[in-house]
Amino acid sequence: MTGRDIFSDASSKWTEGVGPNADIVISSRVRLARNIKNVPFPHMLSEDKEKEILDSVKYIINTPGFREKAGNFNFISLHVLSDLEKWVLVEKHLISPQLAQSQGQKGVIILEDESVSVMINEEDHLRIQCLLPAMQLNEAWTLTNKIDDALEQSLDFAFHKEKGYLTSCPTNVGTGMRASVMLHLPGLVLTRQGYQVFATMTQIGLTVRGMYGEGSEALGNLFQISNQVTQGLTEEEIISHLNSVTLQVVDQERNARQMLHQEAKEQLEDRVWRAYGVLSNARSISSQEAMELLSELRLGIDMKIIQDIDPKVFNKLMVSIQTSFLQKKIQTDMQSPQRDIIRATTIREILSKV
Amino acid sequence: MLCDKCKQRPATVHFTKIINNEKYEQHLCEECSKGIPHFSFSIDPSFSLNKILANLLTNDPTFSGMGLAFKSERCENCGLTYSQFAQGGKLGCSNCYEVFKDKLNPLIRRIHSSERHKGKVPARTGGKLRLIKEIESLKTELGNLVKNEEFEKAAEVRDRIKDLEKRLAD
Repeated sequence: MTGRDIFSDASSKWTEGVGPNADIVISSRVRLARNIKNVPFPHMLSEDKEKEILDSVKYIINTPGFREKAGNFNFISLHVLSDLEKWVLVEKHLISPQLAQSQGQKGVIILEDESVSVMINEEDHLRIQCLLPAMQLNEAWTLTNKIDDALEQSLDFAFHKEKGYLTSCPTNVGTGMRASVMLHLPGLVLTRQGYQVFATMTQIGLTVRGMYGEGSEALGNLFQISNQVTQGLTEEEIISHLNSVTLQVVDQERNARQMLHQEAKEQLEDRVWRAYGVLSNARSISSQEAMELLSELRLGIDMKIIQDIDPKVFNKLMVSIQTSFLQKKIQTDMQSPQRDIIRATTIREILSKV
Repeated sequence: MLCDKCKQRPATVHFTKIINNEKYEQHLCEECSKGIPHFSFSIDPSFSLNKILANLLTNDPTFSGMGLAFKSERCENCGLTYSQFAQGGKLGCSNCYEVFKDKLNPLIRRIHSSERHKGKVPARTGGKLRLIKEIESLKTELGNLVKNEEFEKAAEVRDRIKDLEKRLAD
């Protein structure tokens, strides 16, 4: 595979949109930070040494033993990608914004169905991550664990019997695990309960962020909740903690939607249909406006106000309308007004097909 | 996300300004965010988690009052010095965890409220470590069973612990 498919196809494993609680939980993610014993962490490495790590990972994924255990991965060196291609990978959540921006020998390996990607030479030598649609934290952990085992057969990971997996930043030491869920919470936002719910999160060791992780704004009522602590708990404990808290937030969101239905039915319907009206007729739209309206449309679909649209279209649109993705599709360097026109066209096309 | 201004570089500086309940947002790259007149406060673009850790290490009495000798301590394996670590908040290699442990351990406890890993153990690190972990977790289980007066189950667990301990000794 040349990697071309990855850059032009907006669908990824996580955008499938099927699974438990798929109406509120967009995706579940687990990532593990791993480093190679005694090799300086990426920020201390020369490009030559970084290249050695890239080469060894590239070699390992093509060995029969690894393929049998972990499946078929494709290796991509970020060096050969244009900035635009890197940002498409970010918009598909296959790499982090930090990796896309960094200099030096960086890479990523991606499983065929795009459910697993391993960033190479980000903050740690390896960042193994699995991203699945809907509420599937346990499944994501099982898969990540399997890939970790497969890599570990050939790589000597830095591990300390008391401290656990050693990482570049002490905030990740121990399990090296960050588990997160991306939630669509328009009900909590509309009923102004969001702040209260999120404030509680931090008291029980969880963090709330926007959709692209660290430092990003919550766009389109999408929020990411993740664990903060990586040591002193087992991986399963971290997962089950996040699982049960997420289910409570999901319940709360359902209650909020119920309340909206009972107490503000007309306003809500009006809002949803207006969003649909603009999305299916606009000739130019910014990504921010599009994300906000898509969130309202999705709410309308989930609450059966709009009946004949497949909710899955929402996930696909979320990637398709992002700036780099559009730009890549058109293959030319566009200015913002043009991009807004193409974005509006893309949305109309996708919506007319469902 | 690309910069709102130049539309070329990725946006890394995010401004949110709320005036009379009206929200203004702007996403800029580092270049374009320099010298914006209507944002009068100054922003440290490198403000990060690592900076916070670094500040803890330099200013917090637990960490800073440990004598000057530390400052020149250096990891043989990667060359990172303690003061570099204290400035950047990032370690240089896995060996640094051993070299700087006297300061690092309290920091880890501060972050995670724990210093001990309870999770996964890599298979290749040897069976012994796995055995030890398993014995530890069985001992916790045993304690709980005894507390709940489930003595039959407790006896089973105790036997399993004995088995494992024997295997460990071999």
